[in-house]
Amino acid sequence: MTPTDIHQPDYFHKVVDCQWGCPAHTNVPEYIRLIAQGRYTDSYLLNRQSNVFPGVLGRTCDRPCEPACRRGRLPEPGETLEEAKPVAICRLKRVAADLRDDISDRLPKAPAVKNGKRIACIGAGPSALTVANDLMPLGYSVTMFEKQNKPGGLMRTNIPSFRLPEKVLDDEVGYILDMGVDIRYNSPVTSLKSLLDEGYDAVYVGTGAPRGKNLELPGRYETDRIHIGIDWLESVAFGHVSTIGEKVLIIGVGNTAMDCCRSSARMGGKTIKVMARRPRGFFKASPWELEDAEEEGVEIVINHAPKRFVIENGKLTGMEFERLEWDAEAKKSKTIDTVIIPCDDVILAIGQDNAFPWIERDLGLEFDKWDMPVVDQKTFASTRPNVFFGGDAAWGPKNIIWAVEHGHQAAISIHQYCHGLPLAERPPAHMNLISQKMGLSEWSYANDYNPAHRQKMEHVDLAKRFRELNIEVEMGFSPEQTAREVQRCLNCDIQTVFTAKRCIECDACIDICPVQCLTITRNGDEEDLRGRLSAPAFNITQALYVSDALPQTKRIMAKDEDVCVHCGLCAERCPTAAWDMQKFEIMIAQAGDLCQIPQPA
Amino acid sequence: MPSITKPIAAHPSLAKNQLGLTIRDYEGSMSTLCAGCGHDSITAAIIRAVWELSLAPHMIAKLSGIGCSSKTPTYFVSGAHGFNSAHGRMPAIATGANAANRALTYIGVSGDGDSLSIGLGQLSHAIRRNLKMAYILENNGVYGLTKGQFSASSDLGSKSKRGEPNRVSPIDPALLALSIGATFVARSFSGDKEQLVPIIKAAIAHRGFALVDVISPCVTFNDHNGSTKSYSHVREHQLRAIEADFVPPAPEILAEITPKGVTNVTMHDGSVLRFTTLPAGYDPTDRQKVYNYLLEQQSAGNVVTGLLYVDESAPDVHELANTSELPLSQIPFEALCPGAATLAKLQDEFR
Repeated sequence: MTPTDIHQPDYFHKVVDCQWGCPAHTNVPEYIRLIAQGRYTDSYLLNRQSNVFPGVLGRTCDRPCEPACRRGRLPEPGETLEEAKPVAICRLKRVAADLRDDISDRLPKAPAVKNGKRIACIGAGPSALTVANDLMPLGYSVTMFEKQNKPGGLMRTNIPSFRLPEKVLDDEVGYILDMGVDIRYNSPVTSLKSLLDEGYDAVYVGTGAPRGKNLELPGRYETDRIHIGIDWLESVAFGHVSTIGEKVLIIGVGNTAMDCCRSSARMGGKTIKVMARRPRGFFKASPWELEDAEEEGVEIVINHAPKRFVIENGKLTGMEFERLEWDAEAKKSKTIDTVIIPCDDVILAIGQDNAFPWIERDLGLEFDKWDMPVVDQKTFASTRPNVFFGGDAAWGPKNIIWAVEHGHQAAISIHQYCHGLPLAERPPAHMNLISQKMGLSEWSYANDYNPAHRQKMEHVDLAKRFRELNIEVEMGFSPEQTAREVQRCLNCDIQTVFTAKRCIECDACIDICPVQCLTITRNGDEEDLRGRLSAPAFNITQALYVSDALPQTKRIMAKDEDVCVHCGLCAERCPTAAWDMQKFEIMIAQAGDLCQIPQPA
Repeated sequence: MPSITKPIAAHPSLAKNQLGLTIRDYEGSMSTLCAGCGHDSITAAIIRAVWELSLAPHMIAKLSGIGCSSKTPTYFVSGAHGFNSAHGRMPAIATGANAANRALTYIGVSGDGDSLSIGLGQLSHAIRRNLKMAYILENNGVYGLTKGQFSASSDLGSKSKRGEPNRVSPIDPALLALSIGATFVARSFSGDKEQLVPIIKAAIAHRGFALVDVISPCVTFNDHNGSTKSYSHVREHQLRAIEADFVPPAPEILAEITPKGVTNVTMHDGSVLRFTTLPAGYDPTDRQKVYNYLLEQQSAGNVVTGLLYVDESAPDVHELANTSELPLSQIPFEALCPGAATLAKLQDEFR
């Protein structure tokens, strides 16, 4: 293999599994260390830099960082690989948000002198708010058109308050709007053309995926007790609906279904069943959301495909399902029989679509064969130069953290567009790599991680949560839990950096490495090398770090990054400091970092 | 010394031996030696060898004397028996332990000071008696623990860290051992585990006393230019001429065609030493020829490494002294200590 180029920011970025896995590339290890030091405000602000809504996301994020976490690949003795649990990254984010001090004087502010550019954002959801967050400090005038009477988009309408207290959302949305965003409530945009005619320099479409999928089955329109999930949640959020029948069926088993069933349980639902077509393991809902729903007595019924709504005397009395038997991969099924399950209400939570009836098709904005706007994957630009898309509006439903990242990227594009720079040339990421050596066998980070088990989030007891309907179910980590959980982090951003010319091939690093990730051997191609290491490196998603030829024998040092615990023992046992522990920090560019464009005074 | 003990995490593809143990189960405490010390590498090689041999930790006895080298038994196989003796007196302790319990595997670790200066007499007689043990001599040619004076194995002309050459003739443990009847003589290098691990395995399987002289650079006092025991000097002058593989006793005997140029030596326990690379005319069972070859290469400035000499025919100390087959700990007390009357009777025989 050719020697690894560690000066490519992506190389070490990929070793920080959590940060690499996060769409917005939140610097997780650093914010966890700040929590460990009791610097909650600093931790919050570091989070905010990349994910904008730490308080919201600390409760509701889809957490792509957690399945990526290296601790999840490192079972402790006596544990199986399945029992190894990632660091509770998301919960720690909430700790930082809950314990932060007043941050008002540390928030970005809009400059007194505007740059004269006017941006319209359609929708006030997470992606559009991120666009505003990034552009307001640069002197833009941002006008936001929101169809509801409150901001937040799906963060407000689709996430029940027992999961996300309204104040948390209001605070974080407020930080952005308070920079002077001109937000117009109750103002759905009904024509893009007329909006464009108002002369905005650029328009950002962040309207989400507002149309819940329907289920066209017999009986669908003979009753008013069949609800579309996201619309129903919205009505609940705005107080238009406050009751539901005793027997409720939820069709679909994604995260929206979980919010629907748990909301039903608080509004009079007694027998609540979530009806799934496929077996467990093939659900879209996050495992923890399933767990939380089942804790509240919701039943998940598998292998049932909806067939028709049963209407008797104009009243919905049940629903007929086909019972299915699936093959092992849940690809093919056969019907065993049909059953009728009685119900008073049905909530359809089977997905969402984008819909753009308000965009005229003669504006130079191309639509594809599914009638979706053509949007560039990197620049978020449509085919009309001054219109940008992001969030669920771009390519259909994802989640909040993706929406935030879309917002950041779209903001860069808008900034570039407004200053006549080519959109395709994205600003590069920068990196820092700084030695953490403090003395002989002494590091500026805690290199001895805690092998403790993942801390379990405590919940408000069932009786209380059904008495006080809006009470937040998750109680947050106690100080003891926080202390233990932060110590579980391996500090994967503290990188093992190797300088081949210093190596005397004494083997000390190889001998001390607890996870056998180092090998000095003759060079070979990657497949060959992976099989010849101290412990064969079968996880090909993790890189091999290969050195230049070593001075004495011309062999190479190879490191399997897979399960390195970043303990620093290789560097401590190295007599020549060929190994060093260096903190890696990646600076992903945001709109404000475009050096060609002068910053506002 | 390291800031922390080794984390208990393990690589998912970590293998297990016949006892179901991973190599990590054979580790000891954290080393307090200097970072980069050759001794730590030898420790790692011992760990690998006993793990690969699937020795039960409690059936191993680790013995040592005094010195940097003699600290190392603490750093491998925590579950084994251990004895850290007086300076240079490890062979005597090993002899006593051997007499009392021949069921254990004895691994002695010593250094050039402990073995060739203060303990030379002890070492010599352990070799002569063919005491059943693997004796690993961690040879760095310097008194590291007392800040770098020349030791008894420092080569003539080798320079101290201050730049002064050594003017006192060295003792070569391999030549010494051959001259006093050693039955297993090997030399290796701490920076070459590929060679060292099979040698240690063979030493453990040997019928009697197995001397393994391991050049082990002292990073702090003897790893500079001009030293003949530095990492780079040994790498440049190592003559890795004699390649031997250790083949453990096979459960079934397979008819093997011996390829040309391969010499097999069957060990006492049924395992096989398979020599693949030998200089022309080299016979690892011919003491005289091996001695001459080593002398020749020594004067050429080469460090010959490999399993140099082996003789599986000589009886070990147990056979010579007709010791008890059963460990004393397993003999009933009445038989072990038959009482005052029997003693009186025995003493009468000598009156």
